[in-house]
Amino acid sequence: MIEVENLQVRFGGVKPIDGMTVTFPGGTCGLIGPNGAGKTTFFNVLSGFVKPAAGTVRADGEDLLSMADFRRARWGLRRTFQTEQAIEKLSVYDNVALAHEHSGESRGSRHEDVLGAIGFVGLDVDPQAKVGTLGARERRLVEVARTVVGKPRIVLLDEPAAGLPDEETEHMGAVIRQIPEHSGALVILVDHDMSLVSACCEVTAVLDFGKLIASGPTGEVLRDEQVMRAYLGTEEAAS
Amino acid sequence: MVIVALLAFVLLALPSMLSTYWITVFTAVAIYAVVALGLNLLMGRVGLVSLGQIAVLGLGAWVAAKLLFDTALPFPAVILLSGLITMVLGTIVGLPALRLSGLYLALITLMMAGAITVVLAATDFPNGGPGFLAHSESSLGSGATIRRPAIAETDPAYFRYVVVFVALMFLLALWHVRSKAGRAWEAIRQSEPAALAAGVNMTLYKLWAFALASFMTGVAGALLAGNVGQLFNYQFPTRDNIILLAVVLMGGIYSIWGALVAGLLIRYLPALLDTWGLPADLLTILFGVGVLQVLLTAPAGIVEQLPKDMARLGRLVGRVVSRT
Repeated sequence: MIEVENLQVRFGGVKPIDGMTVTFPGGTCGLIGPNGAGKTTFFNVLSGFVKPAAGTVRADGEDLLSMADFRRARWGLRRTFQTEQAIEKLSVYDNVALAHEHSGESRGSRHEDVLGAIGFVGLDVDPQAKVGTLGARERRLVEVARTVVGKPRIVLLDEPAAGLPDEETEHMGAVIRQIPEHSGALVILVDHDMSLVSACCEVTAVLDFGKLIASGPTGEVLRDEQVMRAYLGTEEAAS
Repeated sequence: MVIVALLAFVLLALPSMLSTYWITVFTAVAIYAVVALGLNLLMGRVGLVSLGQIAVLGLGAWVAAKLLFDTALPFPAVILLSGLITMVLGTIVGLPALRLSGLYLALITLMMAGAITVVLAATDFPNGGPGFLAHSESSLGSGATIRRPAIAETDPAYFRYVVVFVALMFLLALWHVRSKAGRAWEAIRQSEPAALAAGVNMTLYKLWAFALASFMTGVAGALLAGNVGQLFNYQFPTRDNIILLAVVLMGGIYSIWGALVAGLLIRYLPALLDTWGLPADLLTILFGVGVLQVLLTAPAGIVEQLPKDMARLGRLVGRVVSRT
C-alpha cells in the first residue's frame, strides 16, 4: 500500500504536483490524467529524482522520501521510463542482472532469478543478445523484466506500451496483470491507452493539474463526469 | 586468442628484433597504453571525460621516483604503492565528476592538470637529492638515475618486465568490465536515471572508476620512471592531456584494446616521424584529422574499424583475383 498525503512539487513558479492525496491499495493500480497532469513527476518523486516541497509518501508503512535514491531499489522500488531505458550495450541477461545485483539480492539465486524474469515477461530472444540489436517490443519487455526480478515491492510503469502495436500492447497487458500475483508487488500503471488501463487495473486514480480529481474502481472512474471534462475540456472552455 | 598470440610475440620475439632505441620506444608505447586504458575506461564505460590523466601520470612517476630513491623497497612494491597513492590523489581530481559531466568536467580536470603541472614545475622530480622533495640541482649532472628491478636492468629485460605489468593492468580492466562494476558503469553511461532506478550507487561507481583509472595511471608512472631513468617536467606537458584524449578516441573507446592503439599513436608515431626527419608537430594536425574522421564515420575507433576495412579490402582483392 502506498499512502500519499498532500504532496507538493514546485519547479520555480510551476506546481506540477499541487496537494496530491491518494492511496494505492495494492494489486495493479492505474494512474491517468491529461498531458502535464503530474504523473511522471509523481513517479520521479517516488524514485527520488525530484524532491517534493511538502507532503509525505508512506510505502508499506515506511517513509519512502527519507531513503536515498539508489537505496529505494534495494528496498524494492522498481520502475520503467516513458522513453524506454534498457541499456543498449549490455545483453538482455546483464540488463536484468544489473537490477538484481544492485538491489541486494543473493548471488546464489541470480542466474535462476534473471532467467525467470526474462521468461516471465515472455521474451523469446537469446539472453546473451545485446539490447541494442533488439526491437521496440523486446526492449520494453527487458525494462519490465528488470522491474520484476528479485523481490520488488512497488513497480512503477510509465507508459510501458507507448508506441507498440495493438497485439503487442495486449501481450504487455497480460504481463502487467500477472506482476502482483507473480512477485507480490504493487503496480502503478501510467498510460494514455484506456483499454490497457481498464484491462489491467482494478482501481484507478486520476490526476489533473497536479491534483487528484477522482479515484476508485476503474470502470466508475472512467465514467466520472469530472474525468471526462478533464480529458475533453468543458463546454464553457470550448465556447 | 589474437591477444594471447600478440602478447607471446611481444614478450618473446619483439625485443630481439629491435635496436635499443626502438625497445625504449616500445616500452613507452606499452606504458602509455595503460594511461590510455584509464581514460578509455572513464570515457568508454562510464562516460566521464577527464583531461587530467597525464598530470596524474606525472604524480605517479613522482611518487615512484621518490620511493625508488628514498627506500630500498623492491620494484614491484614500489609499483603497487605508486598505484595506490596515485589512486587516492587521482580520485580527488575526479571528485568534481560527482557534480559535473561533459564539457564542464573536462574543463575542471584540465584546470587541475594545469595546477598539478605548476606544482611539479616548482618541486621538480626526485633525483636523489636531500629532503622531502628529494631534488637537487647539483645532482642533475651527477647522473643519478632511477633504479630498475634487479631482474630487468637491461632495456630488453625491462621491456619484458613492463609488458607483464601492462598485461596485468589490461586483465584488471577486463575483469572490471565484465563484472558488476562494468554493468553499473554501462548503465550510468547510457542513462543515470535508469542506473539509479536499478539501484546503482552513482557516487560509489563514479569514484570507483576514477580510482581504478588513477591506480593504473600510477602504475604506469612507476614503470615510466624506470624506463627513462631521469624525470623532467617537460615529459608531462599540459597539452598532452588533450593529445591523450585525441588518441584514445582514435584508438576506440568502446573496446579496452583501443587503448593499445592509442599507446602506439601517442608514442610510436612521434618516434617514427622523428626517424623520417619530419617535425613532430605534424602529429597535431594528423590527430586533429584523425579525431574528426573517427567522430564522423567510425565512432568505435581504429580498433574496430581497421579489421572491418581489412576484411573489405580482402574481399575486394579476392574478387579481383578471382576475376583474372
